[in-house]
This record gives sequence, C-alpha cells and structure tokens, in this order.
Amino acid sequence: MIRFILLQNRQGKTRLAKYYVPLEESEKHKVEYEFRTHKVIYRRYAGLFFSMCVDITDNELAYLECIHLFVEILDHFFSNVCELDLVFNFNKVYLILDEFILAGELQETSKKAIIERMGELEKQE
Amino acid sequence: MNPFSSGTRLRDMIRAIRACKTAAEERAVVRKECAAIRAAVSDNDQEYRHRNLAKLMFIHMLGYPTHFGQMECLKLIASAGFPEKRIGYLGLMLLLDERQEVLMLVTNSLKQDLNHSNQYIVGLALCALGNICSAEMARDLAPEVERLLQSRDPNIKKKAALCSIRIVRKVPDLAENFMSPAAALLKEKHHGVLIAGVQLCTDLCKASSEALGYLRKNCTEGSVRILRDVSNSSYAPEYDISGITDPFLHIRVLKLMRMLGQGDVDASEFINDILAQVATKIESNKNAGNAILYECVETIMGIEATGGLRVLAINILGRFLSNRDNNIRYVALNMLMKSVVVDSQAMQRHRTTILECVKDSDASIRKRALELVCLLVNDTNVKPLTKELIDYLEVSDEEFKGDLTEKICSIVERFSSEKLWYIDQMLKILSEAGNHVKDEVWHSLIVVISNAADLQGYTVRSLYKAFQTSSLQVGLVRVALWCIGEYGEMLVNGAGMLAAEEPVTVTESDAIDVVEVALKSHSSDITIRAMSLIALLKLSSRFPPTSERIRELIIQHKGNFELELQQRSIEFNNIIQKHKNIQSSLVERMPVLDESTYVGRKATDVPAVKPSKANLSGTSLNLQNGVTKPPAASMGDLLDLSSDDVPATKSSTSDFLQDLLGIDLGTPVPSGSAFSGGSDILMDLLSIGSPIPNDSSPPNSVSSSVANSSAVALDKFSSLTSTSSSLSSEALTIDPLRGIEQIIRSPPSTAPIVDLLDGLSNHVSVSGSEKPDFPAITAFESNSLKIAFSFTKLPGRQHDTQIKATFTNKSSNEYTDFIFQAAVPKFIQLHLDPASSSTLPASGKGSITQTLSVTNSQHGQKPLAMRVRMAYKVNNQDLLEQGQITSFPPGL
Repeated sequence: MIRFILLQNRQGKTRLAKYYVPLEESEKHKVEYEFRTHKVIYRRYAGLFFSMCVDITDNELAYLECIHLFVEILDHFFSNVCELDLVFNFNKVYLILDEFILAGELQETSKKAIIERMGELEKQE
Repeated sequence: MNPFSSGTRLRDMIRAIRACKTAAEERAVVRKECAAIRAAVSDNDQEYRHRNLAKLMFIHMLGYPTHFGQMECLKLIASAGFPEKRIGYLGLMLLLDERQEVLMLVTNSLKQDLNHSNQYIVGLALCALGNICSAEMARDLAPEVERLLQSRDPNIKKKAALCSIRIVRKVPDLAENFMSPAAALLKEKHHGVLIAGVQLCTDLCKASSEALGYLRKNCTEGSVRILRDVSNSSYAPEYDISGITDPFLHIRVLKLMRMLGQGDVDASEFINDILAQVATKIESNKNAGNAILYECVETIMGIEATGGLRVLAINILGRFLSNRDNNIRYVALNMLMKSVVVDSQAMQRHRTTILECVKDSDASIRKRALELVCLLVNDTNVKPLTKELIDYLEVSDEEFKGDLTEKICSIVERFSSEKLWYIDQMLKILSEAGNHVKDEVWHSLIVVISNAADLQGYTVRSLYKAFQTSSLQVGLVRVALWCIGEYGEMLVNGAGMLAAEEPVTVTESDAIDVVEVALKSHSSDITIRAMSLIALLKLSSRFPPTSERIRELIIQHKGNFELELQQRSIEFNNIIQKHKNIQSSLVERMPVLDESTYVGRKATDVPAVKPSKANLSGTSLNLQNGVTKPPAASMGDLLDLSSDDVPATKSSTSDFLQDLLGIDLGTPVPSGSAFSGGSDILMDLLSIGSPIPNDSSPPNSVSSSVANSSAVALDKFSSLTSTSSSLSSEALTIDPLRGIEQIIRSPPSTAPIVDLLDGLSNHVSVSGSEKPDFPAITAFESNSLKIAFSFTKLPGRQHDTQIKATFTNKSSNEYTDFIFQAAVPKFIQLHLDPASSSTLPASGKGSITQTLSVTNSQHGQKPLAMRVRMAYKVNNQDLLEQGQITSFPPGL
C-alpha cells in the first residue's frame, strides 16, 4: 500500500503531502528517500518531485506508472499543469488525489473517469 | 480592514506568502493570518469559515501548527451543504489523523453522511473514513460500509471497497464480514470497482486464514477470468497505457493470484496457464509492460508453479538485465536474489549478464549484482567468475573496490580447491587492491603459504615481482615482506621452481632493496616498517654477506620517534653485531602455522570485533583455553603484527624486570594462570627460534614450559613483543641474566639460561622444519610445589596421551604421604599409574614421577583440561594444594 505521497519542488517546498498512515509532525519534515523499512519511489517532472512511499514488497515499476498517471490527470485537469497551478489550487489537487487513491490503494485507473467525476463535484458546489 | 484579516481571499494570502523573501517575513505573514483566523474562530464566524479552513490547510502544508482549526473542520462537516462538507472533510483528512481524540467526535456526522441520500456526500464520508479512520471508528461504522458495498453506484462501490481495506487492516476480526461481498465485487465490469475489489480480496487474504480459504475457493476462477479478459481485451482508450489495457488491473490481479496460489497446489495449477500466457504475451519495451512482467514473475516465484514456468520467469528477469532502464535492471537483480533459492540452475544461464551488471555505471546496481554473483558461485564456475571479477578490479571505481575486494576474497577463500590457485588469486587481488584487503584475509594467506612448502619459493618470487609494480598496495607489501623475510633464500636460489613459472634472477641485494624500499617509503605505516625490520633481521642471517648493509639500514631507525621501531632497531642491531652465534637460530624460519585451528579460530571469532584486533585477542583467548596452535606459532604471528597496537607497546619495557621478579616470586597462584610476564619474555625470545623439542630433562622442561604457559599472558602481547626483543639484547648481554634466572626459578633447575639458549639452538637446528612434538609444560607451581608434565603420544592413537608428571618439592621440608589426585571433564578418560614414591625430598633434591594415561574422546574439538589435588604431610601436618590445568599444548 501507499504510505504517503509527497510533491515537492526543487527547493524542497512541499506542494502536496498526503499521509495514509499517521506520522509524527517531526517525522514528516525529515522524510527522505529511504524511509524506515519502506521504499520511496520518486519521479521528477521538470522542477517537481513526486514521491510515493510504499511497502518494501510492492512493485516499484507499477508505482512509477502510477505517478505518471497522476501527473497526466493533473496535466489534463489544469490543461498544461505548472507548479503555480498546484500552489494556487492546492485544494483541487487534494480532491483529485482523493478520487485517484483511497486508503493508500488505487481507486480509479481511468483518467477520463476522474476528470468527469471532478466536473460533477464542481457542479455540486 | 486589515489586508491580512480573515477578509482576504485565499489567493491573496498565497501571493503574500510567496512574495516573502525571507523565512522571517513568511513567519510574520503566517502569524498575522493565524491570529485573524483564531479571532474568527472565537467569534464563531460562519461566513468565512470554509475560506479560513482552506487557508489553514495551506499554512499546515508549510509546516506551521494548525491544531486550533480542528474543531472548525467538525463544524463544517456538520453543516448541511455539500461545499461546506467538502472542505470540512478535506481539512479533517489533512489537519487530523487517527490518533487525535477529536476524531471520535466526527463519528456521528460520518454515520449520517454514510446514510445520506446525496451520493456525492456519501462519497466524501467514505473517502474520509478510508483515509483516516481509527480502529474504534472502523468497528462502529463497518456495518454502514458493508451495506454500501452493495450499492448500485460504482463510485460508491469502489470507495466502499477501499474503505473496507482500511477497516480490515485496523480490525482484522471484521474480515469475515467482508468475504462474501468482496467476492461478489469480482464479477463486476467497471474497472474501478474491479480493481478496488481485487485489492480488498488481497487484503482479506492477508488478514485472516479463514477468508483466504473462502476466497481461494470462490475467487480463483474469478481472478483468472479478470486477468484473461483484461489481457485479451481490444484497444480501450480509457484504460490504455502504452498499448496495454489497464496495466494496474493486471498487476493487482497478479498480486491476488500470488496470495491465492501460495502454498496451494490446486489453486496454483489453476493459475499456471494464464500466467504463462501473460508472461509470453506482454511486450517489454515500455515501463508499463515491464511492470506487469515483473509482477508476473513474482507471482510465478511465489506460487507452486511448474518448473517450466519458473524457467520462463527467470528468463524474463534475464532479459530485464540487459534493459537500458536502470530501474528495470535494479528490480530484476532484486528479484533474482529472492529467487536464487527457488531455481539457481536456471539462473546460472544468465551469469554472464549478471556479471556485466557488476560493471554497471550505477552504484546500487553494481552492489546488487555483486551480491547476486556471490550467491551464484559454485565449484564449477568459481574460476572463470573470479577471473572476471579480478579483471574488473583493475578498472573499477575506487569506492567500489572495497566491496568488490571483500567479496572476491570471500569467494576465493570459500571455493579454493588448490593452494596454487588460491595463492595466485590472492596475489592478484593484493596487487590490484591491496589497500582494501582486510587484515584477516592476508593473515590467512600467510597461514596457507606457511603450510604449502612446495609453493613457498614460487610465492616469494611472485610477490617479489608483484612488489615491483604494486609497491603502494599495503596488503601486498606486508605479505611480500613476511615472505621475503621467511623465504628469502628461495627468492635468490630459485628453489622449488614450478614448471609454468617464468624464471627470474634476483640477487641478495635485490631482495634487500625491496625491503629497503618498503622501509623507507613515505606511504608505509608503522606496521610495514616494523615488518621490514623483522624481514631485514631474518635476511641478515639468510644472506650473511649482506649483514653489514642490513645492520646499517636497521640502525638508521635507532632514533625513530616510534618507540616500537626504535626498539626493534636497537635490539636487532645488537643481535647482528654481538650475537652472531645465536643469530641464525633466533631468526629460524617460523614454524608451520596450523591451518585447521586458524580456520576454526576465525569461525569462532566474534564478528563484532575489529578485524586486526580480533586476530590477536582471539589468539590470546583461545590459547588460554588451550585450543589453538602451537604457542610458538602464535607468538610469531604476534611478533610481526604487534605494531598494530603501538600505543600499548610503550608501557612495559622499562619495568619488565620488576614484572618478572614480582610476579614469579609471588604467592601461590592458581595454576592455569600462574605464569607471568617473565616467562612470556623468555618464551618469546625462544619463539623467534623454533619450538623446543621435548625430553623432560630439567632445563628443557623449564624452557618449554615457559614457552607454553606464556600464552596465558598473551593479552599483554603488546608489551610482550617489545620486551621480548629488549630482552633479546639485554638478557643476552649475559651476566645479570644468570642472576635473574636464579631469582625466578629459585632452586630446582640450576642450568643457567644461557646454557638453555645454547642448548636450544642446537636442538632447534635439528628439529627445524619438523612438526614439533608436544612441548612439556609446568602444570602447576606454588611456593612449595612444582609439577611438570611431559607428553608422549603413541603413533596412530590420536586420542591417547601419556603424561609423565614430575613433582618437585620447593620447600626445605620433606613431604611425606604424598598423594596426587586428578579429575577430568566427562569427555576425557584418565588412568593414573602408581607413583614412583610417596616421599618427596626437600629443596628439589629429588622428585616423584607418576604416569597418567589420558584419552580425549573429543580430540581435535576440545582441549585437555584437568583439576589436580596434592595431599601431603609436612612434619606430620596435613597439607592440601589444588589447582586447575588449562595450559595443555593444543592438539592433545
């Protein structure tokens, strides 16, 4: 399962942090690429690092693909996403993530389904 | 209104924070915002509540404390509208986690929302529950979630399924409630529901064995169907990733299959076909395809798959190894490492590829590959593998050499069948990476060389050649120095030439040149210099014509700041100059080091001990228990290595005489440990020569008992070496020594030590290269009584030893009714013959002898040990003495 997801820029500023298992505040700030007995899968897109901390037995390649799908969804949603989109619409990013991953597991693998779902939710506001 | 009051919009706050140039500015902005939000909280402001919460989330993300906003989340969740609830739940998931008490307050709102008529609100509640619920909430809300699993809306269904995963993880007892709805989910068509259902099933299998049994029965077929459908499906743009339909679903189903097939032959058989199909069908030119293949391989390795399928899986990993993507090579190596137990034969076919990975540009891939190679080594492939690795050693990165060297050494040691090959490989390693070779590795090389009489000439010549090119490799230099010192004459006279060896002409002075280079090189540490001095001393007797040149080299260090070197220099100089008569016996070749005990000792060494120390302390330890090799050998070892521990050596040179007198004249000491500094020194002196042949004539039994017992005090080894050599010069300057000897051994052995030494050198030259007999020991000594043991073994009866005990009275009173008793551990059998007399004359004017026959049933594993008790009468008064003997020579 996914333990947490982090999105940080090259300066180390956190743009998104989602924890599926609780961590101490102090731990949250010292998270690095080797975290306890789990492994961190990360991928860099321009200036942003997308990291996922997963179980040691999980399939790394699959989570790389998973990160990529998430980025594609963001890209689609914000049409050509950039870091500033994520800063000013951070709440949206969290909402997208909640449609993509739940309880540390993959919820939906269709980009289209997630974008449509976001549209429906926007209409409710 | 203040621009930073709660009236500002979220965007404005973010802009203000981004505009801050320093951390202090940012803190100021955040402080103001937080103050405004707090004020709004206490005013119970409704209008801006959700905007404030959004701000707090941003502030939280920056790492500032935001706990005061937690109650705001609850209020928003409790409000009626979707937008308020949405931001409330979002805040809840960010600002709180399962450990907060406050979270309990939300249980009721959650329950209402889970039963809400608006499916979007139900979705929000499920999402929050799935992400942060505690065990208590899980228990309370499980029935709602269970019900929602049967909902008609796929969005609710998939969320409820994932929510159930969290519930089952928190409360595994609930697993059984979810078994049948989870199994039903696998019949769905919607990918989101399927993937959530598959993941739920996987987690249920982990949580309870009952659920595992149920799902194995009811879901194996379903999972095979899902995998078949998704892998055979035609192009589906919605789920397509680089030409494959929903790789995520593939992977999740494969994972579930692994759970179902593990340890179950029937289920595995059912899955075999589809696994083979996926493994052959999926293209491996994109990451998505490789991810599936990787998962598929793991499943094949995890279940009771057929042999053919496993070979297929290993071959897929073999293909991965040549992939250009680092990640793929890395995961393949990891997986191969796990699979090595399953099928190492199939893996041998990919050895060459794995070996290529050892040379990878990526450090972590190199490391993994190297570990894997080590797992793959066996008797048949060790030679080509070692060759490849050693060749690579030449060009590898400096920082990788340490690891690489260590692994090659362990391979070579583990699989060496012939000594020549072992020595050759070790020399290559030492020449390439002698700086990275651990001490115990070259120590054991020396042990092997010392045992290989027919290869010593070859080895020393090879080392000589290697030194010419690799004089900066510490390990090589040390071994070369040791060997040149020991076998210098073979270097020059070409003895023991091997057929394939290239002849080399070395003169005596060439050999000394090498040592001189090592001695003078700036890169040489103190150990090398100390070893150089020893080598020179040895060469001075091997090559008599050069002894003047050697003396000049040695004397250059008489003012060295390192006490150890200074001392060696002065002492050795004295030996060469003044003691020609004993010089040759002093620097006799080291006795053969006992290989088996060395290996045994290495095995028993505590791994935590620092290597070089381990060797030494290991020696002292084991010798105390009498397990290891002949003491002389260990002393030789020490003599050469002692400077590893220079600081300690500085202590006792000056006061060794006091030591000598103080301890030996002391009161009765419990036997085993009774032998002290004084004897160590003498012994060490002797060990430079060679072990002493035994007969039990008084002078020899003294000297050899000394040799033996000294082992006990080995922990003082550092003082030992320095004092030893100092003794060699001082003690040998004759007269005072006679005095010392008298004082120490007060009455019995009247033979002065000088005699002793002379006698020794005679013997030594005879016994030179033979395996020594067991040296006699002083088994027990007190103020009043001394017992010497000498040993004989009948040929072909390893377990049996005849011990001749000689009792000597050290007091001035006659002992009557003398009775000697002995007790031994269970694994030893003891038989006492009658004593020669029951009266022991005073002052060593006579002795009692008694023969003991000992059978050690654990010969070679456990040393002899014995408790002794001597009862006798002095002037009709009963006296009793007892002690324990642990200083038996090893090998009895």
